[in-house]
Amino acid sequence: MPEPGPTRVLLTEEGPALIAGPVELELPDGTRVRSDRAVTAVCHCRRSRRYPICDASHRRKVRQEGPDA
Amino acid sequence: MTATLEPSFLRQVAAPQLPTPRGPLSGAVVDALRGGPLRAVDVAGAAPYGDDLQLALHCCYELHYRGFAGVDAEREWDPELLGLRRDLERVFLAALRADVEPGDDVPAEVDALLVEPVGPGVRGVSHHLQREGTLAQLREYVAHRSIYHLKEADPQAWAIPRLSGAAKAGLVTVEHDEYGSGRPERMHALLFAEMMTELGLSDAYGAYVEHVPGETLAEVNLMSLCGLHRSLRGASVGQFAMVELTSSPGSERLVRGMRRLGCGPAAIRFYDEHVEADAVHEQVVRRGVLAPLLEAEPELAADVVFGIRASLFLGERLGERLLGCWDRGETSLRMPLAVDHP
Repeated sequence: MPEPGPTRVLLTEEGPALIAGPVELELPDGTRVRSDRAVTAVCHCRRSRRYPICDASHRRKVRQEGPDA
Repeated sequence: MTATLEPSFLRQVAAPQLPTPRGPLSGAVVDALRGGPLRAVDVAGAAPYGDDLQLALHCCYELHYRGFAGVDAEREWDPELLGLRRDLERVFLAALRADVEPGDDVPAEVDALLVEPVGPGVRGVSHHLQREGTLAQLREYVAHRSIYHLKEADPQAWAIPRLSGAAKAGLVTVEHDEYGSGRPERMHALLFAEMMTELGLSDAYGAYVEHVPGETLAEVNLMSLCGLHRSLRGASVGQFAMVELTSSPGSERLVRGMRRLGCGPAAIRFYDEHVEADAVHEQVVRRGVLAPLLEAEPELAADVVFGIRASLFLGERLGERLLGCWDRGETSLRMPLAVDHP
């Protein structure tokens, strides 16, 4: 459902840009990625393995060594 | 994937059979649902997370979802059964309140959930299935999860009328996505059912209740408990937040494990969808549900933390059961799985 007024894009501090409504994203090579979700999280940190869609790869990671380490 | 216009799962409305009792409590509930009188039982002395109490609660709650074959739907509001359910819930809830450390700092709780432990020292079911789990163990995992995922999002839907304003709208945004955003063929419960079929399992609602232990039932019972009690709406949101905040990386690990095991696209699609869906849901739950809920009702903070920690606690108990059994070379289920195409 298109929102009344301009498309709202929320730029988050730590991770993706949140775009309301279905979107089609065009990449530099011309590839188009369509998302039909009510909200789409577009990767901003470039770490996503599903770029341009956020996959939560921006999360802080803490390494835990094995018992022998 | 078998591309049919209308997957049979979407037409599936049959209620499951009543399960085999696992002790006096579940025996009393099952016998009453078969039409006998409700026997007096000693609830106070029961093991709160044990198979018997959890199956008894499961049966009481299922009356609010799909019901049971041959059981009058009106039994949902049988005052004697509701009275017993309340007694069972009190034992379960008291144990959780005692086992879970209280807190009321929701932002700190959320921040902790957003840190992703990595490396060889991390012990977890999805880590195990990514690295070295067998196809048989993956099937077991899916059978455990089926108790919830074949009614995915339903327990949290009880919370909708108990919230107001922005928090309600935010919760519905996520729920709408879980139910396929208006497209039944995208419902998460259907994607789960298609994965089950692909793995040679039954996608019939409740088909694996007999197989799963109390640890599995307890996780889902917590969802129903918090959803059905308005007084626990904060805990319901906390439980929901825990799932949405943690499932994206776990789903990615399961996708990798399933690829390693050579599973087909219909099997992989469920967790593949959740990598992206839950990366969005995390954001919507934090900004669109938790923030407005705590602004409107700051006194719910302790219950939100309780919901997060109680679901983590029960999730860890189930994870330990699975990994412990698998370490010993045993099944984590109460009986072996029959597989359609091994």
